[in-house]
Amino acid sequence: MSDETEVMSTGDRLIYMANQIARNLAAQGEGEAVASTASHIAKFWDPHMRARIVALSAERPDALSPIAAQAVRAISA
Amino acid sequence: MTYTRETDHGTPAAIATGKSVTLTIDGQAVTLPEGTSIMRAASLLGGSIPKLCATDSVESFGSCRLCLVEVEGRNGYPASCTTPVAEGMVVRTQTDRLKKLRRGVMELYISDHPLDCLTCGANGDCELQDQAGAVGLRDVRYGYDGATNMGQAKDQSNPYFDFDPSKCILCSRCVRACDEVQGTFALTIEGMGFDSKVSASQGEGFLGSECVSCGACVQACPTASLIEKKVVEVGTPDRAVVTTCAYCGVGCTFRAEMRGEELVRMVPWKDGKANRGHSCVKGRFAWGYAQHQDRILNPMIRASVSEPWREVSWDEAIAYTASEFRRIQAKYGTRSIGGITSSRCTNEETFLVQKLIRQGFGNNNVDTCARVCHSPTGYGLSQTFGTSAGTQDFDSVMQADVILVIGANPTDGHPVFASRMKRRLRQGAKLIVMDPRRTDLVKSPHVEADHHLPLRPGTNVAMLTAMAHVIVTEKLYDEAFIRERCDGQEFADWADFVSQPARSPEAIEPLTGVKADEVRAAARLYATGGNGAIYYGLGVTEHSQGSSTVMAIANLAMATGNVGREGVGVNPLRGQNNVQGACDMGSFPHEFSGYRHVSDTATRSLFEQAWGVTLDAEPGLRIPNMLDAATDGTFKGLFVQGEDILQSDPNTHHVAAGLAAMECVVVQDLFLNETANYAHVFLPGSTFLEKDGTFTNAERRIQRVRKVMAPLNGYADWEIVQLVANAMGLNWTYDHPSQIMDEIAALTPTFAGVHYDRLEAEGSLQWPANDAAPDGTPTMHIGGFVRGKGKFVVTDYVPTDEKTGPRFPLLLTTGRILSHYNVGAQTRRTANTAWHPEDRLEIHPSDAENRGIKEGDWVALKSRAGETTLRAQVTERVAPGVVYTTFHHPETQANVITTDYSDWATNCPEYKVTAVQVMPSNGPSDWQRDYADQAKMSRRIAPLEAAE
Repeated sequence: MSDETEVMSTGDRLIYMANQIARNLAAQGEGEAVASTASHIAKFWDPHMRARIVALSAERPDALSPIAAQAVRAISA
Repeated sequence: MTYTRETDHGTPAAIATGKSVTLTIDGQAVTLPEGTSIMRAASLLGGSIPKLCATDSVESFGSCRLCLVEVEGRNGYPASCTTPVAEGMVVRTQTDRLKKLRRGVMELYISDHPLDCLTCGANGDCELQDQAGAVGLRDVRYGYDGATNMGQAKDQSNPYFDFDPSKCILCSRCVRACDEVQGTFALTIEGMGFDSKVSASQGEGFLGSECVSCGACVQACPTASLIEKKVVEVGTPDRAVVTTCAYCGVGCTFRAEMRGEELVRMVPWKDGKANRGHSCVKGRFAWGYAQHQDRILNPMIRASVSEPWREVSWDEAIAYTASEFRRIQAKYGTRSIGGITSSRCTNEETFLVQKLIRQGFGNNNVDTCARVCHSPTGYGLSQTFGTSAGTQDFDSVMQADVILVIGANPTDGHPVFASRMKRRLRQGAKLIVMDPRRTDLVKSPHVEADHHLPLRPGTNVAMLTAMAHVIVTEKLYDEAFIRERCDGQEFADWADFVSQPARSPEAIEPLTGVKADEVRAAARLYATGGNGAIYYGLGVTEHSQGSSTVMAIANLAMATGNVGREGVGVNPLRGQNNVQGACDMGSFPHEFSGYRHVSDTATRSLFEQAWGVTLDAEPGLRIPNMLDAATDGTFKGLFVQGEDILQSDPNTHHVAAGLAAMECVVVQDLFLNETANYAHVFLPGSTFLEKDGTFTNAERRIQRVRKVMAPLNGYADWEIVQLVANAMGLNWTYDHPSQIMDEIAALTPTFAGVHYDRLEAEGSLQWPANDAAPDGTPTMHIGGFVRGKGKFVVTDYVPTDEKTGPRFPLLLTTGRILSHYNVGAQTRRTANTAWHPEDRLEIHPSDAENRGIKEGDWVALKSRAGETTLRAQVTERVAPGVVYTTFHHPETQANVITTDYSDWATNCPEYKVTAVQVMPSNGPSDWQRDYADQAKMSRRIAPLEAAE
């Protein structure tokens, strides 16, 4: 991260949050981390936030980490 | 309740040995625990041996010689306070010889004491006066013309109490209370013989001394030498009501001592199980905000925040609130509004706010200030142990052998509990402090940490994992406990993870900055030193890995078998008076009361049946999500009860932008707080003195709050919420908070046995209190974890994304101090400002020198989020590279600096790690000046139009 002032948009923040969850659960191993990340988002994010992250994953496929991207796919299924 | 003093048995209860002795006192046979003093024994029999230097809050001293007794078969006249009972002892407390001796002693006292009883503030409430009567003193043979200590200057420097040395009898009760009860050692007897005098620190005034103004000395004083200014001003009380303090999560109970409807003083209640008769400067003295001139007593509304407020009737304000919320929902959708419950309000009020949102708003957009403090505790302990609360009661610390304090500063944040902890440390318990700052616990009179681990902010998980590495690789874990109580495979996975060389103390030393040897020694001590108890605070939770840190703590406790009995456990020190209760009551957007997820059909059906509506099965928005949604235009209305998110929540610019984007913000509070600058409706709230209810403290203890005066604003807060609910068509019919608690009990299994009659009978109950635990649960997880098997969770260290760099080379961490409470809305409106009139920036001497900063200089504090200015305090309490400030004063707005980074699991803000730069400044920043102007404009109240 640079030293410049940064203000996250809501979309950026949702992507950051999803990646952050995935990164903290990564030590569980990929399969379990995907399931745990998906479960966490389903349990704690409101429907609008979930719909938004699903849309963002389609709009910006590279923005999510592999674990986060799989988790988002899982909740959109 | 009419006014009577609490019984003083003269000396504390004996330390239990299991043995008892039988003796005779004044012809009455009595059997008591071994070690009980004769004085206490006589008192328990209903008698009262005259005394002056003895009081049951401190150990006996034997100096006044007034409590002499005769013991058959023994020579002389032993002091009953220092003489323990013995088998077969025959004691006489009142004989002609004793009467004569006591009168002689009393004559000496009175010969050097002012005889101004009629005009003395303690007239009628003075033990010296009482004892003079009790011994039948009628004359002083020595006259009053000799040398005396009368006429000495009073020390009136403390804003809450006076010290008049002329009225001091040198009983040392104040000195001993400061030592034994408070543990500050601020008082002493200076001089010798006739020149002896009570002295604060080195002969300083009380205000400038090390005295922390806890009030223990005033409470212990048997004369008017130390007396509350309010008693001098108002007179002695004529009734007392037991209630619970509205400050921190310790939950001290007090006798609110009244004269009519005027509060004279708050005296800590000896029977209070959380505080055991002790208090701090806030609860004891800082309650004057309740009558402060800034308090708003009339409802107000305005169409736009650029307009001045307009005072309106309650009917108009409530109708406007309901119509605005319904209008917004009709236009933007059901989920376009939400609310925030208050951790300062009662359980009953909090329950009603979340009910209003779930039942009335039709969504789950409810959150609470625990979002910004202990939400990671809820998540972490729920995952590992199965319940979202600490495991012990406060008494448990007296059984601890090793105390590990992580990211907490209890002498400032939880001072009454800290005094208990310090007492245990003076008895010999070992102490490990894990904190970037050199807090008072690290070294203060008669307390010194065996290990201080001054880790770099943001490295808690690395540090705790390194401790686990030592415990596992050196096989210091409790194999039997793990086998019986925890999931074996999960333990094996965790043990494998922490054992890896990359997690050793040596490997993480460059990250944490703490020497590996010290980490190893601390881990060995915790694992092998006997009962190990962990106490932690916001230095654990307010990080991007707050939840991981809580789980890492739980892992350590399980690995060492330190869960499920007295003296051990995992103990979050909760910040606000009712933050535990607010969480218990269903204030989070994903769960109902009792921590049950909204998607759980069985639970939801229970509430639907009780409330007669269909409830949303989807989780709602957390506070930061609400603000994001507001700036995006999808969230338009907010009901905020008793919180000031503009001052307390991170990244003030972001909070302000969110609030400004809403069409209706309703604030219910005592004062026009900072959030109210963006409000359209202001509903004046009531203080804890003006309502009935319950608070739940950090030990899960549910205690009564009792109304001692009528609400100045006209309504208790629960009544106001009911008015809003009914204006929205909900038809609530509560007449008293006890009915709300009955509803909570009916809908919440852990509260099933909590009713007001039980609370009246028991004084308090610790949840779970239900059929399985009718008397409540002081210690959790005895015999098994709530979730079944304890769950070890692998907690990998993930560095925060908030990085230092050339432009922001220092790390800022924030916290609070003893004399103020959170955003300071209450304490800034009391004389506590004498100790802390402004926020200051603590900076290490080397960092200060590098920047040309001297003590007291104005400095600019700048982060990626914003900039503010404040004055510097150059101190070695902080390590080089770390700066610290408080967030008590809106003029500083420390949260202009803090960022949006938050805990991965709960969005609890990362208050404890912000990369900053500090540089000399000439005064307030442009933003501070603009903010002050805007706040002034926003607080304008239009004059009432004259009646026709």
